[in-house]
Amino acid sequence: MTLGAFDGLSAILVIPAVSALFLAIVPDYRIASLLNALASLFTFAAACTLLGAGRPTGPYFHVDDLNVVFIVLNTFVAFTTSVFSASYVPHEVETGKLTRYNLRFYHPMYQILAFAMNVALSANNIGLMWVAIELATLTTVAMVGIYRTPEAIEAAWKYFMLGSVGIALALFGTILVYMAARPAVGEGLDGMTWTILIARSPEFDPALLNLAFVFLMLGYGTKVGLAPLHAWLPDAHAEGPTPISAVLSGLLLNVALYAVLRFKLILDANARAISPGPLMATLGLVSLIFAAFMLYRRRDIKRLFAFSSIEHMGLIVFAFGMGGPLANFAGLLHMTMHSLTKSGIFFVVGHIAQAKGTQRISEIRGLTVSHPWLGWALVIGVFAIAGMPPLGVFMSEFLVVSSTFARSPVLAVLVVFGLLVAFGALLLRLQGMAFGAPSEGGGPSRASVLPVGAHFGLVLLAGLYPPPPLVLWFQHVAAMLK
Amino acid sequence: MTGLSFDVSHLLAGGLVLISFMLLYQTRLYSLIHVYAAQAFVLSLSVAWQAYVQAAPHLYVTASIALLFKTVIIPIALHRMIAKLGIERDVENVVGIGPTMLGGLALVALSVVVMLRIANDADALAREDLAFALSVVLLGMLMMVVRRNAVSMVVGFMSLENGLILAAAGAKGMPLVVEVSVGFSVLIALTVIGVFLFGIRDSFATVDATALDRFQGDRR
Repeated sequence: MTLGAFDGLSAILVIPAVSALFLAIVPDYRIASLLNALASLFTFAAACTLLGAGRPTGPYFHVDDLNVVFIVLNTFVAFTTSVFSASYVPHEVETGKLTRYNLRFYHPMYQILAFAMNVALSANNIGLMWVAIELATLTTVAMVGIYRTPEAIEAAWKYFMLGSVGIALALFGTILVYMAARPAVGEGLDGMTWTILIARSPEFDPALLNLAFVFLMLGYGTKVGLAPLHAWLPDAHAEGPTPISAVLSGLLLNVALYAVLRFKLILDANARAISPGPLMATLGLVSLIFAAFMLYRRRDIKRLFAFSSIEHMGLIVFAFGMGGPLANFAGLLHMTMHSLTKSGIFFVVGHIAQAKGTQRISEIRGLTVSHPWLGWALVIGVFAIAGMPPLGVFMSEFLVVSSTFARSPVLAVLVVFGLLVAFGALLLRLQGMAFGAPSEGGGPSRASVLPVGAHFGLVLLAGLYPPPPLVLWFQHVAAMLK
Repeated sequence: MTGLSFDVSHLLAGGLVLISFMLLYQTRLYSLIHVYAAQAFVLSLSVAWQAYVQAAPHLYVTASIALLFKTVIIPIALHRMIAKLGIERDVENVVGIGPTMLGGLALVALSVVVMLRIANDADALAREDLAFALSVVLLGMLMMVVRRNAVSMVVGFMSLENGLILAAAGAKGMPLVVEVSVGFSVLIALTVIGVFLFGIRDSFATVDATALDRFQGDRR
């Protein structure tokens, strides 16, 4: 059993790393995009083996019930996004936005990103986790700038600068955690091994831990996209290729969130340190309400959904900040639902932008008439992300609100207010885009039905009838998170 | 730890903070780069001293990276880039030099107050090293905020990173320091190459980061 789990763990690291090398030498981009999807499928399959088998642990890598959730979700969305990417990329080549040379860079980078995220999620060493998140950031910076338009370069530059500062702060926090651990744990590798840190955390100097968490929260919080450190996020989403927008929203934000959660657990284990919850809840709530209002002023469809990501990450961080079994459960569920829904929406939006030849909301009208398939998919996606009842996001938002209401009604009112503001903005924009007389221009679309259908289908399933094993699993993890 | 080695580490770490202040008031790009090279040189001395004091030979690798890469290669590359791209040599500050220096003083005071209060369990050297390192980090961030010009933002980031390396070298026995310093060098190299390759000059006419802002958000 243990051997099998180790194999699964090494597979999710080795498959992307090897395919990155291999994809760099495949000349034809069509074959490369298929191979990219195939490699992602294998990675996903390997991640699934981790679910059943024992939990491998070592000084560098560690798999427990918490990060298995993240790993499986991550590899699944990485797989569906690679399928979407295979149908997205040919159009970009035909319209001359990307060259074959760009794509020989793009596909290996996609796999390196998958590799970096898997390392970050399975790392047991907080230094290794930091390195992996840095690598993931760098690859996404390169991909955001791939169109080489002035806007894309500006977005990449902004992302790079803010991301680097965030990463620098996170490293300082990591060093402080090591300093706090050293008197108790001793010098060397043990002082950075998460499993040892969490076991010995009660002996650490609480003041140093507090300071460390502030740096870690701000540093990794920049990558989660929390206001006021979110400035890179809308630009990076809007100017890069749409598959990358889907990966950023659906995956990379989660990876950074995972890092925050790991450090939150270390602080929770130390009774003398501050409780990290209120800090997280405040930042989350501010992001939620800020982003909800910003939704009204968007004129670019990808920016609109980027701000919606800030809003939802705010809600998730808020839920984890509130803590307790129910709020943690809601946070986990909402994170899963948001990843699935938002990347699904970006798949649809990518095809819409290609079919219409524009990302401007004012130039996209009457989609349900001109492109019924895309139009209705957008309607379902927006309904889902806005939190309409039969879909999964409603369920998780309801849980966040109800668990908050039991403990702090004032905060619950603020959360509901933020959600309603966002709801209004999304429906307002949807109205114009989906219904009415179709706008001029735009050709047919070759949309890939499979990834969109899989995502929205899962979200619907989770809303109607969440599978009991999944619920049990999430309850177990929520109890772990305290 | 004997008095002398203690004093030497203090001197070097304090020197880094001092040079961070010098970076804040440079008005020309070339002199900015020279001051940065000086800071990297002091950093390499400081890390080498830590390697000697802690008897940690792997830190010599970090020190030599600082010496070769940051003191020599990066400044030369930036020099050539400025000449080739024909970048404006004078640096514009968003905030005047006086307020910037006052802000810098406040940041140093803040980091000293925060670190000295907090880390009383850690040994004195590590604690004071951390206070200096945090000052360098905060001053680097301040520099990134007050400068408009892309090259000086990069220099600000690099000096911030010097503070991080100082902190990592001061944390006795910390693993992965060398790996992290190599990682950061790659990051910096990519930034410098990025400014060049992304053709920020081509696309924006200046490497002035405010020019980037003309396309801000949805103003299209």
